[in-house]
Amino acid sequence: MRTPSRRLVSVLAAATVASALAACGAGESRSGGGDSGGANEASDVGITADSIKIGAHYPLTGPAAPGYSEIPTGVQAYFDYVNDNGGVNGRKIEYVYRDDGYNPTNTAAVVNDLVLKEEVFALMGGLGTPTHSAVLEFLNGEKVPDLFVASGSLLWDNPKQNPYTFGWQPDYESEGKIIGQYITQNFPNAKVGLFLQADDFGENGEKGVRQYIDNQIVAKQTYVPGTTDFTAQIAALQASGADFVVSFTTPTYTAITQLTALRVGYKPQWFYSNVGSDPQLVGKLLANFSQGKVSDAAPLLNGALTTEYMPGVDAPDDAWIKQWQKIWDASGQEGELTNFRVYGMSQAYTMVQALQAAGQNPTRDDLVAAIEKNGQNWEGPWFGPFRYSADRHAGISGMKVVQLNGTVGEDKTGVLITDNGDAKIQESNSAESTPPDNGIPQS
Amino acid sequence: MSDVQTPGSTAGQATSESPTVATAAANAPTAATGRRRGRWGLPQAALPRHLLLLLVAAVAGVLLLEVADRFTHTQIATVAYYAVAAAGLTVLTGLNGQISLGHGALMAVGAYTTALFLENQDNPWPLPLIFLVSIAITTLVGAVVGVAAARLHGPYLAGATLALAVGLPGLALVFPETLGGNQPLTFRRPEPPAWWQDASFFLSGSQPSNQKWQAYLGLFGVLLTFFLLANLMRSRIGRTWRAVRDQEVAAELAGIRLGSWRVLAFVVSSACAGLAGALLAFTLGSVSALSFTLVLSLSLLTAIVIGGLGSLLGALIGAVMLVFLPELARTLGSGQGLSDTEAAQLSPLVYGIVLVIVMLFAPAGLVGTIRLRWLSARAKRARARVGGE
Repeated sequence: MRTPSRRLVSVLAAATVASALAACGAGESRSGGGDSGGANEASDVGITADSIKIGAHYPLTGPAAPGYSEIPTGVQAYFDYVNDNGGVNGRKIEYVYRDDGYNPTNTAAVVNDLVLKEEVFALMGGLGTPTHSAVLEFLNGEKVPDLFVASGSLLWDNPKQNPYTFGWQPDYESEGKIIGQYITQNFPNAKVGLFLQADDFGENGEKGVRQYIDNQIVAKQTYVPGTTDFTAQIAALQASGADFVVSFTTPTYTAITQLTALRVGYKPQWFYSNVGSDPQLVGKLLANFSQGKVSDAAPLLNGALTTEYMPGVDAPDDAWIKQWQKIWDASGQEGELTNFRVYGMSQAYTMVQALQAAGQNPTRDDLVAAIEKNGQNWEGPWFGPFRYSADRHAGISGMKVVQLNGTVGEDKTGVLITDNGDAKIQESNSAESTPPDNGIPQS
Repeated sequence: MSDVQTPGSTAGQATSESPTVATAAANAPTAATGRRRGRWGLPQAALPRHLLLLLVAAVAGVLLLEVADRFTHTQIATVAYYAVAAAGLTVLTGLNGQISLGHGALMAVGAYTTALFLENQDNPWPLPLIFLVSIAITTLVGAVVGVAAARLHGPYLAGATLALAVGLPGLALVFPETLGGNQPLTFRRPEPPAWWQDASFFLSGSQPSNQKWQAYLGLFGVLLTFFLLANLMRSRIGRTWRAVRDQEVAAELAGIRLGSWRVLAFVVSSACAGLAGALLAFTLGSVSALSFTLVLSLSLLTAIVIGGLGSLLGALIGAVMLVFLPELARTLGSGQGLSDTEAAQLSPLVYGIVLVIVMLFAPAGLVGTIRLRWLSARAKRARARVGGE
């Protein structure tokens, strides 16, 4: 029995060394992030003297992939552009994204990969409410900055429980409030039907809408993602006499509501949530689902109302869109600039602002602190400011109501700023932001 | 029958009948020939041999877990729940000849049970008890399905279980208050027990992580399931299942009640799916209806087909491939200069190609084909010996 006991000794020796090292590590003081001057160092996991690694998860395959899989190509294009112009604090951004197929089991697996194997500095733009919820606890437990989750759920704004998680786009409740106020002001006699996705998305939206037009709502129908037959729900809305339908649907289901309404001969005024109203994508889906019978979304979606929180590709003359177009063309990737790629680039722009604010040699905690401290003042393509602070991790606060005319959105209101709960809706009076000349935020 | 299917049957000795190529992996090698030691010096009798293998596997598993890093721990935990589910399915399909496209749904039952018991509780029941309850409830559901399944054959059975795979996870959407709808049910995982932490610290000299604890639970689940199933397969029950699979009429004439034996196979298989679901829930820390898609059920089926129908080793190999093949394809893709998107889209393609290749060149699966080769080689030797005498 000599071997086991010898191994025991070596194991114990290793244990002693390890604990001694750990004790030394605890005593060592870290140089803070805010310092400037001096050399770049590897100040935390995922950051070296000349690179910084950012990870993300998206549905790149499967039914949720159309549209959403374009977002990371936009992010990549913008980071490539920043890297070609010297990077952030002399560091190149290394962007790694993985496919989760919109399945929470896969999300957990790929986030494990990103955090434990790829050792990213931060996660950015993880897409989807059910998918990202599955990794919320893990990321906060590992103290990995979990920035700009690509979903409008209220879950991301809970700094007490999830201090490392930040939202980005306007939450669905605020959007619902703006929709509700618009209806009560402009369609006070409308009989409103709600058509909602049966999860956080629909529920949060409904909460906001009901704050303003609870007494105008005559019917409410829900659907679960995965079903493709809405005949019963649409017929019920029609039977209730609703002449105005507020629809919290994702693009696929927007297309199905349109096809079903066409079939049963139902012509209400539609109001689609921002998430599901991209005319380009809905058009493609419509052509697909109807097997070519409906080749163009424009006539179907014509006149539908929706919201916008940053300029889209329907405004090619907007200074931001011009900038994005230039960067996209320079990136040499396949395909044309779409609203999903604009979304990706805008998130990447925010990420660069955050990294700049975090200082020359930031730790993960420095990054979180920098967003809490400076995030409210960042300017970008978004219409309303972020609501970041030490107590809030909520994203963009303002949106416009627009009416679709073909694939172009025409403004029906100015920028409306609001927040969750009882917060009032106010018209923004700040001037539109313009992009910096070189397309990179000025630190 | 071709001579591939009954290798060496002309030699008339020391052969194992393989009635169909597809389930070649399910058939145990030749029974006792009077020697006390079998292949590789392992005991010939089933129980001591399995105990010995269990011990070896346990030691190897612990060593593997102690040297692996945290990411590998998460992968091992994933392999573990796939392997447990695949082992249950391979018993049902490979040994008893029933097909199930609904095992993903049975995993959902186990996973949701575990999640509901761990959710919103300050003092949850001890983990082993929760796992047992999850297994019990899944077994119950499996028994109900099994009673229906026992009357169905081939495409009808596939259709019925397919309906299960599509319909059952939908329950979460019907009862959003308790089951969370599409939103995942998240819960706090209980801390690993102190004795395990001490033991692991003693072995590795570092503070064990939660990922390691999940991998250990997975390892334990795999060892327990495989040990019990291996013994079951070599027992009277396993032989009866094979009889029901191969010759219904003959089995019935021999006094075997086909229906109840089929139900039993479904029950055993469901118990495994229940444990697999419980392990999945514990590994993820949350469950969502989106996790239990039809794709999950189908990948379990492809895993056991690639590994070799009816073979526990094959189920393990299939589970390993489920976890590592997409990863490998993606890494290869990125190495060839593909973008992350293109590399991700490569994974399903590579998986499909591997499946096609295995079906073309190794229709009995990896383990089954190797076993067939080995049997025919042995038969050839035996023939040569007979000819030489």
